Amino acid sequence: MRESMEFDVVIVGAGPAGLATAIRLKQLDADLNVCVLEKGSEVGAHILSGAVLEPRALNELLPDWQALGAPLNTPVTQDRVYLLKEGEIGKQIPHGLLPRSLKNDGNYVISLGNLCRWLGQQAEQLGVDVFPGFAVAEVLYHEDGSVKGVATGDMGVSAKGQQLATYTEGMELHATYTVFSEGCRGHLGKQLIDKFDLAQGCDAQHYAIGIKELWQIDPEKHEPGLVLHGSGWPLEEASGGFFLYHGDNHQVAVGLIVDLNYQNPWLSPYEEFQRMKHHPLFKQYLDGAERISYGARAITKGGWNALPSMTMPGALIIGCDAGTLNVAKIKGTHTAMKSGMLAAEAIHSVRAEPASKLEQTFADLFDQSWLKEELFGSRNFAPAMHKFGSFWGGAYNFIEQNLLGGKSPFTLHDDTPDYAQMQTIDQFTKIRYPKPDGKLSFDRLSSVFLSNTNHEEDQPCHLVLADESIPTGSNLSDYAEPAQRYCPAGVYEIVEGDEGPKFVINAQNCVHCKTCDIKDPAQNITWVTPEGTGGPNYPNM
Amino acid sequence: MKILVGVKRVIDYNVKVRVKSDNSDVDLSNTKMAINPFCEIAVEEAIRLKEAGIADEVIAVSVGSNASQEQLRTALALGADRAILVETEGVVEPLNVAKALAQIMAQESPDLVILGKQSIDSDNNQVGQMLAALTQRPQGTFASKVSIADGSVSVTREIDGGLRTVKLTMPAIVTTDLRLNEPRFAKLPDIMKAKKKPLDTTTFEQLGVTPKQHIQLDKVEAPAARQGGIKVSSVDELIEKLKDEAKVI
Repeated sequence: MRESMEFDVVIVGAGPAGLATAIRLKQLDADLNVCVLEKGSEVGAHILSGAVLEPRALNELLPDWQALGAPLNTPVTQDRVYLLKEGEIGKQIPHGLLPRSLKNDGNYVISLGNLCRWLGQQAEQLGVDVFPGFAVAEVLYHEDGSVKGVATGDMGVSAKGQQLATYTEGMELHATYTVFSEGCRGHLGKQLIDKFDLAQGCDAQHYAIGIKELWQIDPEKHEPGLVLHGSGWPLEEASGGFFLYHGDNHQVAVGLIVDLNYQNPWLSPYEEFQRMKHHPLFKQYLDGAERISYGARAITKGGWNALPSMTMPGALIIGCDAGTLNVAKIKGTHTAMKSGMLAAEAIHSVRAEPASKLEQTFADLFDQSWLKEELFGSRNFAPAMHKFGSFWGGAYNFIEQNLLGGKSPFTLHDDTPDYAQMQTIDQFTKIRYPKPDGKLSFDRLSSVFLSNTNHEEDQPCHLVLADESIPTGSNLSDYAEPAQRYCPAGVYEIVEGDEGPKFVINAQNCVHCKTCDIKDPAQNITWVTPEGTGGPNYPNM
Repeated sequence: MKILVGVKRVIDYNVKVRVKSDNSDVDLSNTKMAINPFCEIAVEEAIRLKEAGIADEVIAVSVGSNASQEQLRTALALGADRAILVETEGVVEPLNVAKALAQIMAQESPDLVILGKQSIDSDNNQVGQMLAALTQRPQGTFASKVSIADGSVSVTREIDGGLRTVKLTMPAIVTTDLRLNEPRFAKLPDIMKAKKKPLDTTTFEQLGVTPKQHIQLDKVEAPAARQGGIKVSSVDELIEKLKDEAKVI
């Protein structure tokens, strides 16, 4: 029998959604026993985002955030959007022609990791038990099928599954309510959506991969608060867009988001991003500068049409774990936080009135909130891009967002899951990416090095194959095993040996982005939690 | 028997150390901090001695900023009974730390002091030795094995070319090497209990120690980037290049 602990509310994942839930719960009832579990070595260690923050949810949660020292130091001062062409700074789209949702007046350039570190401190000061370094490995159920709580993973287990000298059994955490806020493609969230059929009637969920680097640039070139967005080159066979934000301390965050519904198996989001930085638009800032951090994370972007039901007996699923990102704004932090606050309000109200039902209470709160209005209003944004391409999709979005205020009478759908979009290699010529120059562009391993990623070596592989023959079988013959290219951390390799090709999984490199779990055409790879504290240690990301 | 263990807050060993752009120091902003791994081994050894019924009380001590409380709480979660923080915002130099620890030794009268052999940030490897000199107590540094019997402690030391075992009269000072033990993981209930264990805060002033600055940090530089290698076509060319270009033979 595992040891167990009892709480009123257990929250899985110390991101903006989970921490907002914890803070709101304690604000509503200081006597509640609330605990937050986080797989990263500290709060913020696994958080990666652009990020431009719309402070709406934070204003509601902690109105005196400024006095409390929240790390919102850089208001957006300039906001430019580009359509890039190869080798030249293409058209800057005039501010007046942008869909309203893409404007950033009143927003802040932040490090979401640092915001989470600060939110974690606020939660602890309110009496929340925050436990970083503990990976939640399984969901526990009552006999009636409702969620009973969660269990943390065992520590000190060898790669072969034997108990080492440091073996420490996982713990059960039982709670009246369990809140899942693992972020995009949470491995428990995925199980819950399936088990409780939460996505019934929804479009297929859609994802993107975001790859980000932090650069320390020449102070002369630094313009705090300058925000650049855009699309176009180098992405030719995938939709997506780039960002470059000037934050504080003479740092810029640069990144590329690639939608995971791309078809060409030769495409490599990592290499697209590396070659993108050679474009004059980026080069003007990055030339001679120093790259100081690297990371990647998948993004849930299906929005309203793919948003599953967020409640089930005894539990809620919130934030990007459910899919509350507003793709029209390319922002998910404020919506994730709001979903957490609504979850907390629903839990509090149901505790006060035991006759009411969590499902109905949450649904009512959600329906009356600006979160619903925002997600509903932007429901056509991404499907329009998928359907009509960047230009006509962009025009559609301009009309819908600016003239109709998101209240168009139509709903566009995109119901093919991302993994199913991949076509076989015979339909494409191989993409030859330029070699990294070691100044602006780099190989995967020197990048992963900057993410401070570490996993205890002697532990079971946390990337589980349902069928070990697929990577060197149909995935190799049909798709040239695309995991080698979509993984931004060099986890997957096909190594040619005397006995033919061998599939190697370098699980220690994994930055927990979850792309493999999403994009494998055979849906053969399942990401499960490694030993707690494993993974990246992102500073300022 | 009472054991005093030292705990230092340092940059986590997984984090790539980066120099500030003005070369004034290492950049620690928002980087993950942790217990110095050698200190963690010291805590583990002390707890094992307690579990074996040899020690009754384990006291964790840190000298550093207020944030070092986090590392002391980790030591308490791992099994230390109480903690003392000597709070200082300044740079902690080995001699100042040793003097503070000497005062705490005078107050607490521990039978054994276990410290890490060095901290992974400054790599000085001095505090244990200095503390032994200041208190005039025997020292066993670089311990890979510690055993206690009849009021003395046997310490197997890792030395160049082998092992040396010394027998020390207690109170004694031991510093840990990597092979001494493998620290355990803290358990959730213990982390919760650790929040309620006593943690006292004191200062250099209260201990009667005047911290002095003996070292001035002029500049921190990252190691030069490695130049790419070249291929030579013959042994003669290699010798020539080693002689004329590399000037190593």
